[in-house]
Amino acid sequence: MTLVPLLQTTGVTMRFGGVTAVDNIDFTVGECELRCLIGPNGAGKSTFFKTLTGQLRPTSGHVLFRGHDITGAPSHEIARLGIGIKTQVPNVFNGLSVRENIFVAAGRGKSIRHARETVDQVLTRLKLTDIANRIVGQLAHGQRQWVEIGTVLAQEPDLILLDEPAAGMTYEEVVRTSELIREINRAQALIVVEHDMQFIRMIARTVTVFNRGRILIEDDVERVLTNQAVRDVYLGKAAA
Amino acid sequence: MSRGFLTSLAAMIVILAALPLTVSLFGLVQATLFIAMATLALSQGFIWGYGGIMSFGQSAFFGLGGYVYAVAAINMGSSTAPFLLAIVLPAAFAALLGYFMFYGRISDAYIGVITLTVTVILFNFANSTAGDVWHIGQAALGGFNGIPSVPPLNMPGHPDMALDPAQLYGVAAVLLVLVYVLLKGLLASRFGRVVVAIRENETRAMLLGYDPRLYKTLTFALGGGIAGLAGCLFTNWGGFVSPTVFGLQEAAQAIIFVLLGGLGTLVGPILGAVAVEYLITIIGTQQTINANLMLGVVLLVFVLLVPKGVLPSLEALLRRISLGHSRAAQQATAEVRP
Repeated sequence: MTLVPLLQTTGVTMRFGGVTAVDNIDFTVGECELRCLIGPNGAGKSTFFKTLTGQLRPTSGHVLFRGHDITGAPSHEIARLGIGIKTQVPNVFNGLSVRENIFVAAGRGKSIRHARETVDQVLTRLKLTDIANRIVGQLAHGQRQWVEIGTVLAQEPDLILLDEPAAGMTYEEVVRTSELIREINRAQALIVVEHDMQFIRMIARTVTVFNRGRILIEDDVERVLTNQAVRDVYLGKAAA
Repeated sequence: MSRGFLTSLAAMIVILAALPLTVSLFGLVQATLFIAMATLALSQGFIWGYGGIMSFGQSAFFGLGGYVYAVAAINMGSSTAPFLLAIVLPAAFAALLGYFMFYGRISDAYIGVITLTVTVILFNFANSTAGDVWHIGQAALGGFNGIPSVPPLNMPGHPDMALDPAQLYGVAAVLLVLVYVLLKGLLASRFGRVVVAIRENETRAMLLGYDPRLYKTLTFALGGGIAGLAGCLFTNWGGFVSPTVFGLQEAAQAIIFVLLGGLGTLVGPILGAVAVEYLITIIGTQQTINANLMLGVVLLVFVLLVPKGVLPSLEALLRRISLGHSRAAQQATAEVRP
């Protein structure tokens, strides 16, 4: 029996009219892997995420999750299979309290007691217990990011997609987020899109670089960050 | 939260129970109308305030409930089955309409347009059912004139024991409380929390594994059933139903009830319905000002000055006062200390 990867895409392409945002991506992530996706703005990282979660149906190509074809399946079905995502622009329930946000995420398919236990665990893990009863819409950006990460954790998915989890966070918050990601990674696979190079160095092992909708290089973090082509496209010529 | 619920529930029960002891029979009949309208307001308040579904035509289900009850009661003799049909059929119709709207991914604004259109279609249809051709069983639909002498509700299993107006009031009052408790319970349940979560952020709910289309369809169907119940009570109140139940005035009133009382609450719409109906009654008896004109003025005033509705604004005011008190107390102790 060959080992079935957790997530595999073959030839995934996403076109909007004449623009090809994601171009023929072959991408594989194994169980409990931690993968970082980097690339300049407009490289197609978020669009690629959207094709994985069913928010967009790829123009062509296939997405397989543990061997099941989930190409273009409705988002809620993909979520039920075990993929959770923190989107780039925080998607939270602004009018509800932190606890209610986490509870809605934890509540699906579990007994009330199990759901409550999950909520308490997530709140403790993310150090959100003190603000559990605050309305999410009134929180600072970094805190709202964590609430969203909390909803994703409470969902208990096998694969977690994080789209710019450190954006808008202070240095201390970034450090905590990186610790959290490594801790999550003990039991769950993650794909992290990030711009913050410091942050990438803190967490990354394998890095995939996107450029203009294609994979430029996929390698060990040190080799990727010292690669001249990556420096050219990612950091810009001026920085190189 | 739960204390607020128990207080509202107790207040509601006390008022509804005390009313027969304090007002005349005529007053009680009026109150039955108010209760029918309050039930319609609950329907609108639930799907709009909690489900985030802006229906501009709850009157469609309200009217359907009224007509279904009338037709079934005339044909069946006993009122138990017609009563249930007046809830189930509008709910089923709402489920069907909701299925096409939500699974068809119609955007919010168009849901308002479609529901409005549906009630206008039903209004025009009911209006054009004059003549002998238009009858269902023994019930002639009567076009513009509607269906007169609809048999009132009777004791379950005893078709010969029709309810008198005071008893009808009692039944309506109990039903209003039941609907209120049902909705409160539902909102506290997991289903209710997801409904509210979808109102807050449909994308997030979807990414967590919930199907918003299903939840919205169920919410809309339940709202349709409650509006149907309201229509059934309305028909019982007058012993008569005509196409006006599908009319734009009915549709607009349901929205005004909620806007006035407070979007996102359940007690608010009930209070809104009672206030508006009371106002209409007073103006109607005086015949000096047009009731619709007055209603329009009230709506304008509220949208401009109290956009959140009476109940939420009152709550905010009370909170500010108590906060001010505690701050004043803190200051006082702080001044004493040094």
